[in-house]
Amino acid sequence: MEQEVWTFSDYIMLVVSGVLVNNILLIRFLGNCPFLGVSKKMDTAVGMTFGVIFVLTCTGPITWFVEHYLLEKFDIVYLETLAFILTIAVFVQLVEMVIKKVSPALYRGLGIYLPLITTNCCILGTCFYNIRFKFGFMPTVVFSFASALGFGLALIIMAGIRERFHYARIPKCFQDTSIGLITAGLIGLSFFAFAGLAK
Amino acid sequence: MDGSRLVKEFTKGLWKEIPPFRFVLGLCPTLACTTTVRDGFGMGLCLTFVLVCSNILISLLRKVIPSQVRIPCFIVVVATFVIIVELVTQAYFYSLYMALGIFIPLIVVNCIPLGRAEAFASKNEVIYSLADGLGMGLGFTCSLTALAIFREVFGKGTFLYHHIMWSGFEPFAFLQKPPGAFVCLGLMLGIMNLIGSGEK
Repeated sequence: MEQEVWTFSDYIMLVVSGVLVNNILLIRFLGNCPFLGVSKKMDTAVGMTFGVIFVLTCTGPITWFVEHYLLEKFDIVYLETLAFILTIAVFVQLVEMVIKKVSPALYRGLGIYLPLITTNCCILGTCFYNIRFKFGFMPTVVFSFASALGFGLALIIMAGIRERFHYARIPKCFQDTSIGLITAGLIGLSFFAFAGLAK
Repeated sequence: MDGSRLVKEFTKGLWKEIPPFRFVLGLCPTLACTTTVRDGFGMGLCLTFVLVCSNILISLLRKVIPSQVRIPCFIVVVATFVIIVELVTQAYFYSLYMALGIFIPLIVVNCIPLGRAEAFASKNEVIYSLADGLGMGLGFTCSLTALAIFREVFGKGTFLYHHIMWSGFEPFAFLQKPPGAFVCLGLMLGIMNLIGSGEK
């Protein structure tokens, strides 16, 4: 952990980079299974987006603490993979129980997405990136949030387009996932235009 | 032990239920690790190893694991083998380890090992689980290699880093870029559906 000073504009660049330039779904290829799975309808996409934003913004900092104050201290960094996935699984389970108790209405909306989020690779992937990029604590929080925001943005754009597939005549063999992937490629191409805005 | 069933469990992974085409699972490595043939093949082998080992172990433990906590147990088993793969590639195949990067530890949340553990290994005997894991793993390796060959030959004009196209060949750089991966996979999926639709 180096103690470099981050100015406000650095954080802005980090957000731009996380949301647009290095979009976690379309450029970094993380979390594609739920991307294609839940993007058929707008309301499921929105539910998933809020779930991911919440879980990722919390687990990013938590895994950062696990890495620097637990694994590095006892020199067991090679257990990183196992420790992170367990942290995420436990956190998600805990959140699910709390939401079920505190707000049944929110649980009905969000509940079914929470178990899916455990095995969403954009959560674990972002936690790894936080460590690999050698971020301090604040950049970790900001980057985790920006990644989740990028995920949500791409997912909602995709859901908006996929809802319109009902009105399009797509060849039979290209229906569903196949056309979904090609659409994702075209959205990715438009995101590619942001390359160079931030590194 | 039933020989014909063994063959059936093995071969279903190679064509009838080939991942990631028949089930759309495990897409992240399929998209990210297929820029070159070496990466695609390497990723496939890593996943095959994890899948075979986790299938065997979960099948052995299927009567011990209580069903309420089975998912965390599966994740821990898979994570153990992923760490083994990570350390071995880091020690002996360093350039592959650097190229695949974050996607080796991410095998842990790949849907294929977890899906097979849940759907097959936790319900079947060891020998069938082994055949299932091997078939699925090799099927996945074939898919990844096929996609990688296409993307490397046309996107870069090389095969395993050797130039094979004619000298005036202008590579389609689009195929090497992230959006190219999506479009390629989508087209391949469509073509697979086209071929497969005649069988039903």
